[in-house]
Amino acid sequence: MDSLGLEILIGTLKIFSFVVPVLVSVALLVYLERKVLGAVQLRKGPNVVGPFGILQSFADVIKLITKENLLPSSSNKFLFIFAPMLTLLLSLIAWAVIPVSSTYVISNINIGILYLFAVSSFGVYGVILAGWASNSKYPFLGALRSAAQMISYEVSIGFVIITVLICVGSLNLIDIVESQKNLWFAIPLLPMFVVFIISVLAETNRLPFDLPEDEATLVAGFFTEYSSISFGLFFLAEYANMILMSSLTVILFLGGWYPPMDIFPLNAIPGIIWFGLKVFLILFVFLWVRATFPRYRYDQLMRLGWKIFLPLTLIWVVITSSFLFYFGLLPN
Amino acid sequence: MIHFIKYLKSFTLFELMKGLMLTLRYFFKAKVTLNYPNEKGPLSPRFRGEHALRRYPNGEERCIACKLCEAVCPAQAITIEAEPKPDGSRRTTRYDIDMTKCIYCGLCQEACPVDAIVEGPNFEYATETREELLYDKEKLLRNGDIWEKQISENIKSDSRFR
Repeated sequence: MDSLGLEILIGTLKIFSFVVPVLVSVALLVYLERKVLGAVQLRKGPNVVGPFGILQSFADVIKLITKENLLPSSSNKFLFIFAPMLTLLLSLIAWAVIPVSSTYVISNINIGILYLFAVSSFGVYGVILAGWASNSKYPFLGALRSAAQMISYEVSIGFVIITVLICVGSLNLIDIVESQKNLWFAIPLLPMFVVFIISVLAETNRLPFDLPEDEATLVAGFFTEYSSISFGLFFLAEYANMILMSSLTVILFLGGWYPPMDIFPLNAIPGIIWFGLKVFLILFVFLWVRATFPRYRYDQLMRLGWKIFLPLTLIWVVITSSFLFYFGLLPN
Repeated sequence: MIHFIKYLKSFTLFELMKGLMLTLRYFFKAKVTLNYPNEKGPLSPRFRGEHALRRYPNGEERCIACKLCEAVCPAQAITIEAEPKPDGSRRTTRYDIDMTKCIYCGLCQEACPVDAIVEGPNFEYATETREELLYDKEKLLRNGDIWEKQISENIKSDSRFR
């Protein structure tokens, strides 16, 4: 076997070593969400399929696959089928640059954060295409809302990322994590951390910002017309996006694979486990928030994005950079 | 000062944190779910479920075909036909209850002078076809045989209040 073939083989194995755990954790996340929501509402949640109901999501996936895939007669057939594929694809290719430990990453490119930002912005196309191709009013309205919402919150996410980048001086995700070896950015940049978490909730269309799929006003939003596994792909993509955004939060603010303190019992645990634990913590916050807060109204959502988060993050970019400049702490 | 506190509260997300703490407390509370087919809730001895026709301990039918239940039934779900037996006693030849008409008011068991027709504690008798819910005498007597122990206990424990 020549060296190119070997390289392709190793690359493929590496990709599978990311994609398979992500898809499995999506299934477990759906299960966890139902358990957490149940627990907060004093219910037990799924507990019949498998031990503690842990196989519930796998049963649901099998059900979805065996259902008939309905195509609305007035829809644009190609885009209707293509949109969920695109959405899932985009939520999976972003994992190419996520470092789960200081050495394990599919592609260690020097503009990793820009790549992530570009891919997550691209995600809105799947939603827009799905809403438009359905040729039905609720999906269309849901898609419009989703586009406006994702664009609005990307602005404040952008400024938050800029603040972190000013402190690090590099766009490489591994460098970003390594500069947090002694102090996680969540502590000096606490307001940015909070803004980032809230914006991520809006970016991934989670409650209390799940207006694109607001069942009270829009039936199911942009995937109203979807059934069977094409609905399942949207569902998978939404949860894969949640996991992706949680790992991004961990990388930017919670010190990636570093333990909270560099003392013996903590630093003996491998970095990848710390990474997983932190992602789990952020995901739990997502579910916890969903169980607690009612949905925002659409104008409130826009007001929060443009009138509060945008000025706040802008001011913090200025404050952080002037602080670093004044005390000569700017990285190279 | 009041304004300052108000702004401080909204910028520190004070109220939101309070809400989150409340849901976190509920997250760890004991759950109220009943694992239904495996666990069941308590039933009152007066519970009015599926009907049953009872027998005397010697195996003789209690029903004397007085047709009071048929007369009192507000949904007209009961149909009775009767004729004298060779030994001279009045017994039913037909005793049908249309369970799809029945409103489970319990008037039939109130009207019965010999405690023959009762509504037992069984509520799990869903069927796949409508026809299975048109109960005849045979089915009702079989119910009586199956549930007799619980029915007689319920009647006994409730008799103090009648």
